[in-house]
Amino acid sequence: MGSRLGLNSPIARVAAIATFLEGPALLAETHPVANIFKPLSAPAEAIHEISILALLICTAIFVVVGGLLAYAVVRFRSRPGDDTSEPPQVYGSVQLEMAWTAIPILVVVVLVVATLRTTAAIQNAPLPPDALQVRVVGHQWWWEIEYPGLGIVTANELHVPVSARDRRRPTAIHLESADVIHSFWVPQMAGKTDLIPSRTNRMWLEPYQTGTFLGNCAEYCGTQHAKMMLRVVVDTPEEFDRWVAAQKAAPVESPAAQQGRDVFLQTSCVNCHRIQGTSANGVFGPDLSRLMTRQTLAAGAAANTPENLRRWLRDPATIKPGCLMPNMRLTPTEVEQIATYLETLR
Amino acid sequence: MRTPESIDALETQPWVLPSRRKVGLLCLLATESALFTIFVVAYLFYLGKSLNGPYPKDILSIPWLASVALISSSVSADLAERAFRCGNRGRFQAMLAVTILLGLGFLGATALEWKRLILVEHFTINGNLAGTTFYALVGLHASHVIVGLLLLTVVLLLSLKGAVASRQHERIQMLTWYWHFVDAIWIVVFLVVYVFGR
Amino acid sequence: MATTPSRTPAPAASEPFSLPTWLHGWVTTADHKRLGVMYILAGLGFFVVSGTMAALIRIQLVVPNNQFLPPEMFNRLFTMHGTAMVFLVGMPIIAGLMNYLVPLMIGARDMAFPRLNAFGFWIFLFGGCLLYFSYLAAPGLSGAGSAPDVGWFAYSPLTGKAFSRGHSTDYWILSILISGIGSLCSAVNVIVTVVCMRCRGMTLMRMPLFVWIVLVVAYLIVIVLPPLTAAQIMLLLDRFLGAKFFDTQAGGSAVLWQHFFWIFGHPEVYILILPGFAVASEIIPVFSRKPIFGYAVMVGATVMIGFISLGVWAHHMFTIGMSAMSNAFFATSTMLVGIPTGIKLFNWLGTMWGGKIRFRTPMLFCVAFLFQFLCAGLTGIMLAVAPFDWQLSDSYFVVAHFHYVLIGGLLFTIFGAIYYWFPKVTGRLMSERLGRWHFWLFALGFNLTFAPLHIAGILGMPRRIYTYDAGRGWEIWNLVATIGVAFQALGILFFVANLLWSSRRGARAGDDPWDAWTLEWSTTSPPPPYNFETLPTVRSRRPLWDLKHPSDPDWRVE
Repeated sequence: MGSRLGLNSPIARVAAIATFLEGPALLAETHPVANIFKPLSAPAEAIHEISILALLICTAIFVVVGGLLAYAVVRFRSRPGDDTSEPPQVYGSVQLEMAWTAIPILVVVVLVVATLRTTAAIQNAPLPPDALQVRVVGHQWWWEIEYPGLGIVTANELHVPVSARDRRRPTAIHLESADVIHSFWVPQMAGKTDLIPSRTNRMWLEPYQTGTFLGNCAEYCGTQHAKMMLRVVVDTPEEFDRWVAAQKAAPVESPAAQQGRDVFLQTSCVNCHRIQGTSANGVFGPDLSRLMTRQTLAAGAAANTPENLRRWLRDPATIKPGCLMPNMRLTPTEVEQIATYLETLR
Repeated sequence: MRTPESIDALETQPWVLPSRRKVGLLCLLATESALFTIFVVAYLFYLGKSLNGPYPKDILSIPWLASVALISSSVSADLAERAFRCGNRGRFQAMLAVTILLGLGFLGATALEWKRLILVEHFTINGNLAGTTFYALVGLHASHVIVGLLLLTVVLLLSLKGAVASRQHERIQMLTWYWHFVDAIWIVVFLVVYVFGR
Repeated sequence: MATTPSRTPAPAASEPFSLPTWLHGWVTTADHKRLGVMYILAGLGFFVVSGTMAALIRIQLVVPNNQFLPPEMFNRLFTMHGTAMVFLVGMPIIAGLMNYLVPLMIGARDMAFPRLNAFGFWIFLFGGCLLYFSYLAAPGLSGAGSAPDVGWFAYSPLTGKAFSRGHSTDYWILSILISGIGSLCSAVNVIVTVVCMRCRGMTLMRMPLFVWIVLVVAYLIVIVLPPLTAAQIMLLLDRFLGAKFFDTQAGGSAVLWQHFFWIFGHPEVYILILPGFAVASEIIPVFSRKPIFGYAVMVGATVMIGFISLGVWAHHMFTIGMSAMSNAFFATSTMLVGIPTGIKLFNWLGTMWGGKIRFRTPMLFCVAFLFQFLCAGLTGIMLAVAPFDWQLSDSYFVVAHFHYVLIGGLLFTIFGAIYYWFPKVTGRLMSERLGRWHFWLFALGFNLTFAPLHIAGILGMPRRIYTYDAGRGWEIWNLVATIGVAFQALGILFFVANLLWSSRRGARAGDDPWDAWTLEWSTTSPPPPYNFETLPTVRSRRPLWDLKHPSDPDWRVE
């Protein structure tokens, strides 16, 4: 999208991103660049610490060994004026072998100890009993997100409250899959964990900064693996409570959207999608009850704008070719009606 | 400066390396062992994990006849090999034929068992995990028995035509080693499937 | 009586060239030298095809939201690229080097089982063609995709009948299963040849290091290829007979496939890189004019790698949710296997140290190998740290890491090997000039492509995505990476040109153009079909050094 639209300057790109990512809901500051060395959550920070250690050790080894290699290559090259005699034939050295076995062993010991500690610290971290519980189910190619304790079902965007170092508010995530293996990866929040069918994996987040953080599915899961993207929206406690309330509130009945609602309920949309307060109870596709509270459509494949919504309804393959929502062959009128209806789902 | 002793020693001492056929067969047996190990691991991993019946403990009965036949065929194969080494062609052919018959008996008993399991007990490879792992492991072994029987039959026919010379005893030995291996694998399969797994 | 260089009698007056006879000779050959050449040429052929696929992948990823390739085609390309590079390029070229060189290096007339050798080659070639045949045949009546698109490690349940309709995955399974049989044949042949056919005086500790290392490679193939075969048989049973091995709905385990695959897959990457070490261990001493430093330690380190590599496989599975204890075990074993690998690097450094290094083309490739493999090994250590891997796994950092191993490590040494042994095979030297162009262009292109991809991974770019949005911070790295492809392609062009030109017009090489010390250089270039006029007797690791330096032979020191 970037260069095709002639957006060549960084400023133009940032502006485009801002537009792309603006949603009608909470406009939290978006962090599009997911640098693993800029952790903003407790597990990511723990990983960051040991990563820096490993990086420093490996850099040091590279400098020393690479330096010695470079030196050898220069110092011991045969020069044009050299005679043809062979250099002294050295077959080995027990002391050297012992030295350059012992030093790597020491390095490995240091790294192993650090690894054991960090691995246990993250995997076996005790979470407070009131930690927010979320259930994420991976589908081809979208994320089903459920808050069992709060009775909320949504898709593709995970809202969590921000945590403070003295007042912890971590989120425990239970990962499942409805079809193939996926992987939940939001680099600034935590390391990735796979979603495997017939198995529940556990991970946790404890973000220290508000904002929207981007991630991706990180295990190849079929045609549209590339566009199975993730957003974690970290809210202040007040914002989070407001979001929860909005998700649980009774749906608003808008007479202008009545026609669209009828078309939706009469077409096979209901086979795949659920909309709270209607007879639509499909589970194959994302829950659409609060569609307008999300920043993107189709798991990050397009910004949630009126234009994109209509493009999607006309033919999903124009945004996400190969995705499992077929072209519903709606007439332009139906597209407009359904879109109008969907735009009331906030 | 080469000392005379070292030259003599190197030139006159025998330079003996292992037999190619033996090492080759051992490599084959190692690779087959690795193959069977994975199927055994899968069998053990899925023990008790079937979501529905029929379950092995209800329907499997110890295949005494088949096992006795196969173990005996190893004995007869060994006798055949000894006979060959002694130059006793008639006894060699007889023991070879006994081996083949016992091997066929094993296959026949297995076939009857499978017929009962599939038609009566409805225990199939696609029915549940137990069926999947059972037929895969036992079937893999049976396929090796079939290959062994083919080889034994070919050798028997060649011998009956007088085409097997006594200097080829190592080849005969390799064939019987393969047959013993198939037998040993059966012991493992037997213990895993019919003893431990029930 | 020391080793005497063998001389062939002058060739008989040649008959007029007949194409059918010439072809027949090659098609029916069981001569290890011809089969070796055929393996390498076939591998190089697949390399060009698979490399073109990689170029297409990089073109698609050069800018965000590119529409050069649809997702289905992209997914097939990266699957075919990975599968072909491992099984149809790496394995056959290694088989070719092993088959050509081992008998010559140990003073034998051929491999232990020449007809098995031929069978192995043709079945590999059939398997390779079967994989590409899927482009034509797999669509069939179901209208499903053509070539396989499940990734080279084909995780289940994506490969199950429910998610991979049609027959593309079946082509993946069958072609690899079949060409795997070829690899097994080569491996058994190598083991038996080395154990049973060394010339008089060549104890195991007097073999060239190349032979030791490929012996360990062969043993690894024999042990770890069956797990892949087993898993593939299980997948076939699932797909064709409705078995439940990997059917999660019936209680099967998706993770079991991963265990079986990586029990094969990790040792497989050692199978791929160890021959690179073997080549480097021959070239570096000759061009440094010193014996390999620490021969016994190198042997020991190789054997240790052979064993430890069997116990590290689950470092490919750190993210599947294993217990902290399991993760810790595999992190530890993975770091442990880095120790003998590092020791080897230090020994190559020790070989060069104090030498008189001649930078002919084979040595250029080996020096680049040393630097690049150092990088690769260190990024590997980073990946071994399980928590770090939780970020880096399945990202472009891993892609960069293993390309540094396989291109920067293996391919560079393969190029070195070709430049080094081409004179022995053909009797002509390759052009140094074209060789330098090849080297510098390819080294520049390779590093330009894969160094930036480390950073893309660090910035969150996952693997196997056909496109990405702008603004993620990935654009510049992908752009530079694609530019590197152009240089690599140019380098390969120079290589192919060099091969073609040198085989006709290269300078005559003679028996021993590099002044080397192992037995293959004691016979003519190319060797006669029976390799040596009289089978040699050796007294040390460098029989030709002993011949050339009768006052200072190796066997006095060893």
